[in-house]
Amino acid sequence: MSYTKPLPTLAGHTEDFYGWCKKHELRFQQCTGCGAWRHVPRELCAECGSWDWEWMRSSGRGTVFTWTVAERPLHPAFADAAPYTPIVIAMEEGVRIVSEMVDCPHDQLVIDMPVEVVFDDVTPEITLPKFRRAG
Amino acid sequence: MKDRACIVGIGETKYVRKPGSGMTGVQLHLQAATRALEDAGLTGRQIDGIIPSPYVATAEQLAANLGAATLRFATTVHMGGASPCAALPIAAAAVTQGIADYVLVPTGWNGFSTARARNVVATDVKSLPGATIARDYYLPFGLTAPPQWYALIARRHMHEYGTTAEQLGCVAVAMRKHAQLNDNAIMRGKPMTIEDYMMSPMITSPYRLFDCCVETDGAAAMVVTTAERARDLRKTPIYISGAAAAQPHPADEIFNRKDIYEAGMTIAAPRAFAMADATPADMDFAEIYDCFTFEVLQQLEETGFCKRGEGGAFVEGGRIELGGDLPVNTHGGLLSEAHTLGMNHIVEGVRQLRHEAGARQVKDAQIGLVTGWGDFGDGALAILRR
Repeated sequence: MSYTKPLPTLAGHTEDFYGWCKKHELRFQQCTGCGAWRHVPRELCAECGSWDWEWMRSSGRGTVFTWTVAERPLHPAFADAAPYTPIVIAMEEGVRIVSEMVDCPHDQLVIDMPVEVVFDDVTPEITLPKFRRAG
Repeated sequence: MKDRACIVGIGETKYVRKPGSGMTGVQLHLQAATRALEDAGLTGRQIDGIIPSPYVATAEQLAANLGAATLRFATTVHMGGASPCAALPIAAAAVTQGIADYVLVPTGWNGFSTARARNVVATDVKSLPGATIARDYYLPFGLTAPPQWYALIARRHMHEYGTTAEQLGCVAVAMRKHAQLNDNAIMRGKPMTIEDYMMSPMITSPYRLFDCCVETDGAAAMVVTTAERARDLRKTPIYISGAAAAQPHPADEIFNRKDIYEAGMTIAAPRAFAMADATPADMDFAEIYDCFTFEVLQQLEETGFCKRGEGGAFVEGGRIELGGDLPVNTHGGLLSEAHTLGMNHIVEGVRQLRHEAGARQVKDAQIGLVTGWGDFGDGALAILRR
């Protein structure tokens, strides 16, 4: 059965971000001028103005920042998915990323709970970074 | 610019859900606009500036229909639901600088029968700020609609400050109570208790059905001119004492703000209060953009009515109801009157200050504020006085 949920459009920096995910590596831009990490990808560092950056590998570790349980789907592609739980993870590097958990029912979620990244190869082209409980 | 420009005309269509307005978006705009012109005692020919909201009608379409033959100022503020309120400082600047004499600000949509607000991302992701960000980094994980974005912030606030569902319910109940005094409110005749609120189905936790505004067919409009011209028009001029709009940083992505609660309002509010030489304590009422209940708490905090984290306690005990210390959304708000991108809040603020609000009149109202909230947290605030 084909995958029917929305997928990112692979272009520009987004192609690079998800390209690393396909290799099962979570990477964010890090400014080579001041060291600031950033997500989502940008052209310049909003902290120091530098155009220079690298895709640096994240530890993959973070904590649960917040979540919502979508009981009533508000998009046709998720009509059969509810209830599902979009979540925001605060990564060790200081950036936050929207994702979902693969192993934790929503009634067991706790804010600040430690989590780590896993990779879900949803199509041959696209891998989404998701999260599971960490020790 | 303080008190040098005025709102001189207001107009609204009937607000409806089923079976829909039966009018096009442009027709709705024109009906609200012509009512605002009549209220002011102006004709379409005198309008030489138009600031339509995004999405539905263009300045060109409106000017052509209204006979605005000398249009010399047209722009649009791209701030979603903050657009009408954010148009106020622009309209005031335009008329006080002579860029236009009479500026029409119309807004409206068939928000129930055609373009459901909840579907905006599904149907028109380009309408969002940072559209590709939502598409590439939110949608794949099912984060698809405004109540979901803001529910995430609300849950964090509940965790950090102990804000409760019952406190969110106080906002919904107050708006519903006020709507019972308003003939044009969608929820007139449908009173609601806190128990009703708590029993309403969860949409996207912590937001229940009654935390969410009523998608509506309808339109509203206002006319702005200088204080000098206002004195010759039909109605009591309502002065724009302070007005400002701002965006959070970054404005195109919600979850990587250093301070997750900082919104456009955080930046706009002190500027608007300074311009008006007023403080929150001076306000006789507040019409606060209430797309969802938590955004009312957040704006009460960010405008300075209470400290960060105290919004929940602030709305308890009827404080924001008519007769309380700070009546909020005396018309019923987006939660119980209608969703016209917040132009209905401006219209209500003007009615209160003209003392035309009938059964829901705040006694001897002299000064009040109106806010707008849009997109990923853009904000606008206007302090109005009679």
